[in-house]
Amino acid sequence: MHELLQLIVTGLVIGSVYALVAMGFALIYKSTSIINFAQGEFVLVGGYICWWLYTMLGIPIVWAFLLTMVIAVGMGMLLERLVLRPMIGEPIISVIMITIALATVLKSLVTILWGTQIKVFTPAIFSQKAIHFGTVLVSEVYLWTFGFAFLFLGVFAAFFKFTRVGISMRAVANDQQVAQSMGISVKRVFAISWSIGALVSAVGGLLVGNINGINITLSDFGLKVFPAVILGGLDSIGGAIIGGLTIGILENIMGSYLDVYLGGGVKEIAPFIVLIIILMVKPYGLFGIKEIERV
Amino acid sequence: MPLLSVNNIEVIYDDVILVLKGLSLSVEEGQIVAVLGANGAGKTTTLKAISGLLKTEEGEVTDGTIEFDGEKINHLDPELIVRRGIFQVMEGRRVFEDLTAKENLVAAAHTQRCSRGELEKRIEQVYHYFPRLKERENGLAGYLSGGEQQMLVIGRGMMAKPRLMMLDEPSLGLSPLLVGEIFEIIVKLNKDLGTTILLVEQNARMALNIADHGYIMENGKIVLDDTTEKLKNNEDVKRFYLGMTDMGTKRSYRDVKHYKRRKRWLT
Ligand SMILES: Nc1ncnc2c1ncn2[C@@H]1O[C@H](COP(=O)(O)OP(=O)(O)O)[C@@H](O)[C@H]1O
Ligand SMILES: [Mg+2]
Repeated sequence: MHELLQLIVTGLVIGSVYALVAMGFALIYKSTSIINFAQGEFVLVGGYICWWLYTMLGIPIVWAFLLTMVIAVGMGMLLERLVLRPMIGEPIISVIMITIALATVLKSLVTILWGTQIKVFTPAIFSQKAIHFGTVLVSEVYLWTFGFAFLFLGVFAAFFKFTRVGISMRAVANDQQVAQSMGISVKRVFAISWSIGALVSAVGGLLVGNINGINITLSDFGLKVFPAVILGGLDSIGGAIIGGLTIGILENIMGSYLDVYLGGGVKEIAPFIVLIIILMVKPYGLFGIKEIERV
Repeated sequence: MPLLSVNNIEVIYDDVILVLKGLSLSVEEGQIVAVLGANGAGKTTTLKAISGLLKTEEGEVTDGTIEFDGEKINHLDPELIVRRGIFQVMEGRRVFEDLTAKENLVAAAHTQRCSRGELEKRIEQVYHYFPRLKERENGLAGYLSGGEQQMLVIGRGMMAKPRLMMLDEPSLGLSPLLVGEIFEIIVKLNKDLGTTILLVEQNARMALNIADHGYIMENGKIVLDDTTEKLKNNEDVKRFYLGMTDMGTKRSYRDVKHYKRRKRWLT
C-alpha cells in the first residue's frame, strides 16, 4: 500500500510539470487553433538555456531562471511574428507541417550549440536529500519542482480569471470576430499566447532538467503533453492540468507494476497507451468541447 | 456636419458578389436613426462596412467613403474604429458563452484605459439599466435567456462609451414584451447618455416609433429616407413595412397580393 502511495506522490510531481507544459499547449490551441508540435522542443530549449546560463556562464540561479523566462517569452513572440502569423488563413495541414519543421529546427540548433552529451546543473541547485512524510519519501528537489510548477499554474489561472488581458484572451478564444468588434487585437492575443506557451514550457524544461540532467531526449518529455491534453480535452486549460497530473501518476504506477511482466520500458509507452484508449472511448477528452446550447 | 456620413459606398464580397450598390446615409449627433429593410437587403453589411468588421470577412469597400466626425475611416482596422467611438452590437446576440456575464462586460471595455474603480463604476451603470444582469453576473453568458443575452450585448456596447452605437436587429426572436423593454432602454441610452444610435431593424413599427430619422433599404441601396413622422404616413411604408392595408387595418393573408404590387419608389 505505501508503495502505491509513494508512486502516486512521485508521479504527481512529474505530472505537475506535464500539467504546466500541457497548459501552454492548450492555451496556444485554444486561442490560435494551432496544434503546436514544437511544444516539446520549447521544453528542451528552456532546459538548455537555463543550464547554459547557470553552469557555463556562472550566473546566479535566480537570475538564470528569470533570464530563461525572458528569453522564452521573446522566442515565443518572435516565432509567432515571423513563422506563425504569416500562416494565418493557410490550410491546417500547412500549419501543422510548419510546427513540425520548427520542432526539427529547434532540436538541431540545440545539438549544434551544445552537443548530445547529458548536461547536469552544477553545482546542484536543490539537494537530493529525502524528506519523510509519514511513510512516503520525497527528495527536496521534487518538492521544489512541485512547488514551482504549481506556483506557475496558479499564477496563470489567476491571470486568465482576473486580469483584463487574461479575460480578453479568453474572449478571443470564444469568438474572434466579436472580440475584434470590441477592439481586442487578435494578433496581440496570439503573440501573448505563444509567449506564455513558450514560457511555461521553458520553466518545465529547467525544472525536470534539474532533476535528471538534460539531453536531447528532453523533447520527448514534451511529447507526453499529447496524452495529457487529449485526456483533458484539447481546448480545455483546466482539463490539460488534470490530464497532466493524471498521466504523471498513471505512467509511474503502470511502469512500476507492469515492468516486471513486460521487461521494462512500460513507463515510456504507458501514456500513449492511455492516449489510444481515450481516443477510442472519449474522443473529445474528459473536459473538451462542451458547447453551450443557445436558448 | 453629421457625426457619421456614408457616401455612395460599394461593397463586394469574395471579389465578385456586389452587395452594396452606391449606398449613402448620414447620422446627426444625438439622433436615433433607423435602417429598415427585408432580409438580405444589405443592412448588416452596411454596419460592418462602417465598423470595419468587413475586413475580418471576405468583404471590401470598393468605392465611396465613410466619414466619422469629419474624418475618413474606411481604411481603418476595426480596433482603431472602436477607439474612435463607434461600437457595433452584432446581430444574433453573440455573447462570449464561456465567460460570465460580468467578464463579457469587462472584455468590452478593452479599449478603455480606465482604472479598476472606473471599470466597476461602468459595470454598475450597465446593471442600473439592466438590473437582471446583476443577478446573473457570475453565471456563464451561454446559459442566459435570449432576452438577457440581448441585454448583455447592449451592456457591452455601453462599456466602451461609444459616441455612436450601432445595433443590428436587437428585437430578433424576442417576445414583444422584451422587445418593448429593450427599446425603452435604447431610448434611455440616447436621452440620458447622449449616445447616438444607428438601429437596424426588421421590426419597422418599433424602430419608427423611437427613431428620429429612417432609411428604407432594398437590394443594397437606400430607396427612401425621411423623418420617421413622414415615413409612418407614407403609403408604401405602411403597406410593405407596417403591414397595413389602405384602410389602415392590419394585414391578413387574403391581402397577400399586395406584396406583388409594385412599390412606388421603385418606379
Ligand atoms: N460574408 C459574406 N460573404 C458573401 N456574401 C455575403 C456575406 N455576408 C452577406 N452576404 C450576402 O450579402 C447580402 C446582404 O446580406 P446582409 O448584409 O447580411 O443583409 P441583411 O442584414 O439586410 O439581412 C446577402 O445576399 C448575403 O447573402
Ligand atoms: Mg442582417
